[in-house]
Amino acid sequence: MVPIGYYVGLSAILFTLGALGVLIRRNAIVIFMSVELMLNSANLAFVAFARWYDQLSGQIFVFFVMTVAAAEVAVGLALIVAIFRTKHSIDVDQMSSLKG
Amino acid sequence: MVSGEFFNLVPWVVFIPVIGLLINMVFGGRMGEKLIGAVASLAAGLSFAVAVLLAISLAGHPEGRVVHLADWIVIGELYLRWAFRVDTLSVTMMLVVSGVGTLIHIYAIGYMHEDVRHNGDEGRFRRFFVFLNLFIAMMMVLVSADNYLMLFVGWEGVGLCSYLLIGFWYDKGQDGSGNALAAKKAFITNRIGDFGFLMAALLMFGAFDSFDFETVFAQAPAVAASRPGVILAMTLFMLLGVSGKSAQLPLYVWLPDAMAGPTPVSALIHAATMVTAGVYLVARSHALYTLSPAAQSAVALVGGLTALFAATIALGQFDIKKVLAYSTISQLGFMVAAVGMGAFTAGMFHLVTHAFFKALLFLSAGSVILGMEAGHHHVEHDAVLKKKLKQEGHFDAQDMRNMGGLKERMRLTYGVYLIGALALAGIVPLAGFWSKDEILAEAATLNLLVYGLLTLTAFLTALYMGRQVFLVFWGEPRSEAAAHAGENPPIITAPLAVLALLSVIGGFINLPVRGWHYFEQWLAHSFGEAAALGEASAAGEAASEALLTLNWPVAIFSTLLALSAIALAWYLYRRVYPAQQRLPAAHRPDDPLRHLLGPVFSGMERKWGVDELYQLLILDRYADVSRFLAEVVDWRFWHDWFHDQILARGYHLASRALAGPVDLGVIDGAANGLARLTQWTAAQTRRLQTGYARNYALAVFAGMAAILAYLILQ
Repeated sequence: MVPIGYYVGLSAILFTLGALGVLIRRNAIVIFMSVELMLNSANLAFVAFARWYDQLSGQIFVFFVMTVAAAEVAVGLALIVAIFRTKHSIDVDQMSSLKG
Repeated sequence: MVSGEFFNLVPWVVFIPVIGLLINMVFGGRMGEKLIGAVASLAAGLSFAVAVLLAISLAGHPEGRVVHLADWIVIGELYLRWAFRVDTLSVTMMLVVSGVGTLIHIYAIGYMHEDVRHNGDEGRFRRFFVFLNLFIAMMMVLVSADNYLMLFVGWEGVGLCSYLLIGFWYDKGQDGSGNALAAKKAFITNRIGDFGFLMAALLMFGAFDSFDFETVFAQAPAVAASRPGVILAMTLFMLLGVSGKSAQLPLYVWLPDAMAGPTPVSALIHAATMVTAGVYLVARSHALYTLSPAAQSAVALVGGLTALFAATIALGQFDIKKVLAYSTISQLGFMVAAVGMGAFTAGMFHLVTHAFFKALLFLSAGSVILGMEAGHHHVEHDAVLKKKLKQEGHFDAQDMRNMGGLKERMRLTYGVYLIGALALAGIVPLAGFWSKDEILAEAATLNLLVYGLLTLTAFLTALYMGRQVFLVFWGEPRSEAAAHAGENPPIITAPLAVLALLSVIGGFINLPVRGWHYFEQWLAHSFGEAAALGEASAAGEAASEALLTLNWPVAIFSTLLALSAIALAWYLYRRVYPAQQRLPAAHRPDDPLRHLLGPVFSGMERKWGVDELYQLLILDRYADVSRFLAEVVDWRFWHDWFHDQILARGYHLASRALAGPVDLGVIDGAANGLARLTQWTAAQTRRLQTGYARNYALAVFAGMAAILAYLILQ
């Protein structure tokens, strides 16, 4: 059996990649994908710990996370479409109306 | 009430005139002149009736009584009562005041009827009688007081009435303000005297802890023994009060000017009653004066000098009332000299007889003036005579040079005037002879200097009265008005007749014959205890014993002097004067004495320049001081320097300091600084709001990382 450390390490690497993607990329869709990457890295961690502790709740929680991610994608993509229609761009750096 | 005792009625001598004046004040507007006069006269008459009842009671109980009406002031040691003192002295004054007052009230009904028409303000008729009743009430308070402060209330009250009545025609007189100025002069001069009175009263309270006559007189010998200076100061301050109220040197100057008032006022207030208040005060305070021989001789000397001084001025006057005014001052000098020498009975006796004949003379003079005015009125409304009038120029109804020959035209007035004049001159057996002779007889034994002064005055008195009678009534009329003068109605002449009768028989109340000196016995009940107290008692008793038999040398000498003075007046004004009248107008002297005495007569006529002297020494200096205070102290110092330089500039500097550094700097600075701080903080914090979502996301991650780090490392 693969030790838990590998799963957690992979999950951390993926989360870090996702976070870096959110922070660095300008394309809204890529940022979205990075957010999905972070969610799924978390899912990986949940599943790994569920197996490690022989408890099912972690596995169940992953479903919830997937559902929330699907809902988030639906809302997020709708927002991106709406923004694109007004700004003709999905570059998040151009959405800086709140700049002080 | 035991029969024959009416002592408890004494407050009514004050209340009745007050009721009378209240009736006239409230209802007078709807009452006719006759009713107003009747109410006022009735009030005075009832007051007289009460005084008579009191006198009857005193005949049975000569020791008198103090009737306590109410507590007045009770503060600590000070216990003042509103109490009426009924003794022979106060009742004598009450009888004189209300008796003569009643006659003058009746006379005034007729006189003021003419006067208000002549002066053109009929509404003042009522006011006159209100003032007159107020005067009676105040005079009664004065004479019936049981302590010095209550006496002072009356003292001030009569002063007020005097002021109101002198200024009765306040819009008349020289330059339209002469009468008002005369009233002011009387009031202010009296105020100086009142200061003396008040000082005396306060010293009294300091020495005796009381204002009550009984207490003061009882303790006086003890205080005199331990602190004679206090008694001396007290009596001398009181002398100042006396010289103000009774018109003595040096404060007499107000009385001649007081003749600006209507003639009944001159008779009642400025001849018969109010001006004798000073004499009454000294007589009332006899217990104090007998303890202080120095004060006594000061009083006597003031009286004697005043008598002589005023008599010389009276000789040089042409205004009929001015002659009588100076004569009054002179006679008041007699009384003051008498009470000063310790001859209290003689002084009071002269006070009473003088009230009769001087009131008579003043009222008769008023009758003469009315007759002259009636004559003038007649001339003015006669076409032929009016042309002559224009040649005579301005007409003065009171100038004796315009009179003459009134003997035939005003017979009754002449008759009573002659009686008054002879009484004043001291001719046997009229009232003035007895009282004046008693003073002279006392003076001959007590104070020879004063005796000399008074004897000389008696000579001058007869001379100026002779001059007046001859000028006014004898000879040919010297003006058309005098030629057409007429007698007055009975309401004016009737009181004259009564007063004339009193002037004739008034002296018989105190004949210098054993068994006939009723007045002396009467007053002995008031002065008796004083005689037992003072050092002067021995001399006084000896003198009064001597008086029981007439002092023949003194009496004969003074009578001879009076007769020779009348003879001299007859020669001057019946022989020399008519001859001078025939001279051409340019060389015609208006008075034979002017030719005879030269500058001395001018001095008399100008009243020895005392008014001018006072003007120069006091009034002008006072004006200088006022001007200095007004211009230098008030304007330049207070206004220019203190207000402008100190207050205004200081305030200006202070407000500028507050407006500049404090308001703008501190308060506005705080507000602005706060705003700037907010702005600066906003500018700094705004930088955090980059608008880049990843920056916010980074912050969220950083926060999360921090929280996690905290949880893990905890």
